[in-house]
Amino acid sequence: MTTAPVVPTDRDPLGATAGWRARFGEWAERQASLVFILPATLVILAFSLFPLLVSAYLAVSRFRLGPGGFELSYAGFANFRKLLFGSEQFHFLGRLEAFGLVEWILLAGVAGLLGWWLARAYRQPKIGVVGKIGRTITAALVLALTALTLATTLAGGAFGSLMTTLFYVVVGCSLQFLIGLGLAMLCAQPIIGRNVFRILFFIPVMVTPVGIAYAFRMLADMTRGPLAPIWDAFGLGELSWAADPWAARMVVIVGDSWQWVPFIFIVLLAALENQPREQIEAAQLDGASGWETFRDVSWPAIAPTAATVMLIRIIEAFKIIDLPNVLTNGGPGIATESMTLHAFFAWRTQDLGGSAAIAYMLLFVSVVISVSFFHFVVRRARRENA
Amino acid sequence: MIAFHGVKTARACLLAASTSVLALGTANAQDYSGVSLNIMTFTGPQIAEPLQRRAPDFEAATGAEINVVTVPFSDLYTRLLTDWATGTNSVDAAVFAPQWSVDFITPGFLVDLTDWVAVDDDLQVDDVAGFFREFSQQFSGRTYMLTLDGDFQMAYYRTDVLAELGMEPPETWDDYLAIAAAADGMDMNGDGQPDYGSCISKKRNAQAYWAIHSIAGAFLQSQGTSQGAFFDPEDMTPLVNNAGFRRALEIYVATTEFGPPDEINLDVGDTRSLFTTGQCALTIDWGDIGTLAIDPENSRVVDLVGATMLPGSTEVLDRDSGELVACDDATCPHAVNGVNRAPFAAFGGWSGGINAAADELAQEAAYAFFSYMSRPEHSNEDVTIGITGFNPYRVSQFENLDQWLAAGMSEAAAQSYLGAIGDSLSSPNMIIDLRIPQNQRYQQVVLDTALARLLAGEIDIDDAMAQIEAGWNELNDEIGREDQLAAYRASLGL
Repeated sequence: MTTAPVVPTDRDPLGATAGWRARFGEWAERQASLVFILPATLVILAFSLFPLLVSAYLAVSRFRLGPGGFELSYAGFANFRKLLFGSEQFHFLGRLEAFGLVEWILLAGVAGLLGWWLARAYRQPKIGVVGKIGRTITAALVLALTALTLATTLAGGAFGSLMTTLFYVVVGCSLQFLIGLGLAMLCAQPIIGRNVFRILFFIPVMVTPVGIAYAFRMLADMTRGPLAPIWDAFGLGELSWAADPWAARMVVIVGDSWQWVPFIFIVLLAALENQPREQIEAAQLDGASGWETFRDVSWPAIAPTAATVMLIRIIEAFKIIDLPNVLTNGGPGIATESMTLHAFFAWRTQDLGGSAAIAYMLLFVSVVISVSFFHFVVRRARRENA
Repeated sequence: MIAFHGVKTARACLLAASTSVLALGTANAQDYSGVSLNIMTFTGPQIAEPLQRRAPDFEAATGAEINVVTVPFSDLYTRLLTDWATGTNSVDAAVFAPQWSVDFITPGFLVDLTDWVAVDDDLQVDDVAGFFREFSQQFSGRTYMLTLDGDFQMAYYRTDVLAELGMEPPETWDDYLAIAAAADGMDMNGDGQPDYGSCISKKRNAQAYWAIHSIAGAFLQSQGTSQGAFFDPEDMTPLVNNAGFRRALEIYVATTEFGPPDEINLDVGDTRSLFTTGQCALTIDWGDIGTLAIDPENSRVVDLVGATMLPGSTEVLDRDSGELVACDDATCPHAVNGVNRAPFAAFGGWSGGINAAADELAQEAAYAFFSYMSRPEHSNEDVTIGITGFNPYRVSQFENLDQWLAAGMSEAAAQSYLGAIGDSLSSPNMIIDLRIPQNQRYQQVVLDTALARLLAGEIDIDDAMAQIEAGWNELNDEIGREDQLAAYRASLGL
């Protein structure tokens, strides 16, 4: 039921009452959209913000089970201090070694590049305050991660869960993109049985991650697995990848790639098949080689899709837990422990505060990297395509 | 309070009567029809197997329904504590580590079974060896758990391999390493492949971390059980950053050289399988190997296995200086042949506890089931079966050789096996496992992580010791150093 609004005028004999009613009616009409949207907004907030706020509260608390339930006591930033500077530093940041000359030079080089990039950004009038703040945060994070990478690799240290996660994200996603793109290029060709290949390549993404992890654990068992005779034939029967940190990380990446390449493959295949055929045919008629056709015609056409699919993949890769948990249990030592697995192990030992703190660190890193990727890669690709 | 005890005693009498009838297996057993019990333990097959195997008979006699719920070992403590502390109470009873019981008893999660046990003749509680009765079942003089398993870590060796090498069973850890080095690479099961000198489970987040105190004990504790091997009982200083613990870590790492290539990812089930299939000359384990080795279907080392108390050391830690000193009458009063040995009652043995928030009838049914499992006519059979994971804990199980011979053990093997456990059990220098509040965080988190990192080559021995010490001190401060000290001293009988 609707009511016609009363419009007060100077000639209105009802005077002030009619004016009040009219104003109220106008106000109510203005608020109607808000009222209608409020329930849905509240539900969404309850399901997204509430857990975020509760975990923020947990991150600054100490949790303890006791009779009749649990106790939460305020602990300030103790959980974060423990991760960054205290007894859990080795676990989160890794074992940090002092810099030598080479590390200092490399760090100074990266700092110089970032400084030049920031200075250029600050001079551009079209970049607003938010953009400048965002770039400063990105530059600070890149510099910090560079220092961490140097301290845990070249300087002789060891990875913690943060660097292990970044390793999975950077190396894993890059590998998956290259393989996915390659397979998509192959399946986009008019070859016999290409539909069979498409289905075969897509199957792994439909298998449960834990199933994949168990299957890979069996396949990668060099002493008792079904491929053991092959490893033996190559003299690798006594080699234990699970006892070597880098080999174990690479096996995790292989398993992760086996699962996620199909996702990238199917999206890129769709993008390749949607590109205008006339442009390719025109390039071929002009005598362009396969590489030139890809570089100048196909890649610009699929770049926005490729950037978007990689953004989704990167966000997902930050959350990796099932493969390292089942394949290596986070080992050897803590070599394959991702941040999510680290948080899970902390949660399992009732260190809910520590677990929430790790989750918040993961949120910060993944948000900064994903937003930066979106801003500097995805949007740029879309702009260039447009 | 008196009335309460009166009610409890009356319930206990009724329960005892019902369990007695149950023993006869007649239709007159207490009727638990409609009672469904969720009993949680770890993913077996050990421990869960005997519960699942005997449950149908118990169900047929009582009408109760037994659901054995299993979770990974690393989840067991938290899953139980979370279930009971949050009031979820989906688990009515559990078979778990008695050393964790302090965290369940103090908040009142476990039923006090003292009165029930006192009138349960079929349980024959006096037949349970004194150590297990006091450590595994009781807390502050009251009984909260029923022992189903007796745990000591021991060293196992291949008698045929030692004979071929002309070597004696290891008395010291140096002997252990010497045998491992000599045997490593030999073909011990006739498959033409070189086998391993030593197989010790070293997997993280599993049941491996007890092995380090099986080694370190001989260096850390020499003055008897009350001296303690985890902390200084005077001020709660962790005994993990000194020459004794360093030597133990060196030995622990050195054994890896003679083990399988993926030893750091092997759980106890894996090393047991390797040993019983004839691929290892030595191992450290609980009593399970003794019975698994006589399983004719799976073992290739029937009658080829000897057991001995954990090896020892001729040097022990001087706690004032933090250095190792040679054994003499003063430094090693319990030494034999100049060797200090400290058998480690690791874990304490799987035991059953009942949720105090479960229905009364469910509590009674759970008690009846644990009593049914523990009574001699059942447990004396179960401890001779390798897959059960149950090891001897009753006096009658040590005294009666017939059941072991009937199970397939030779007399020599039975005497070696039971002798090793018996010697450990009667040692005045036995190490009692850590039993202070939240001990799981000290061992399963801090200690386990540092050991895993050491074995993976991420840190060296100095870093590992410093990391464990810092972690344990941090926990002491967080939980309350004075409270932890009082609990630790009480666990040592001080």
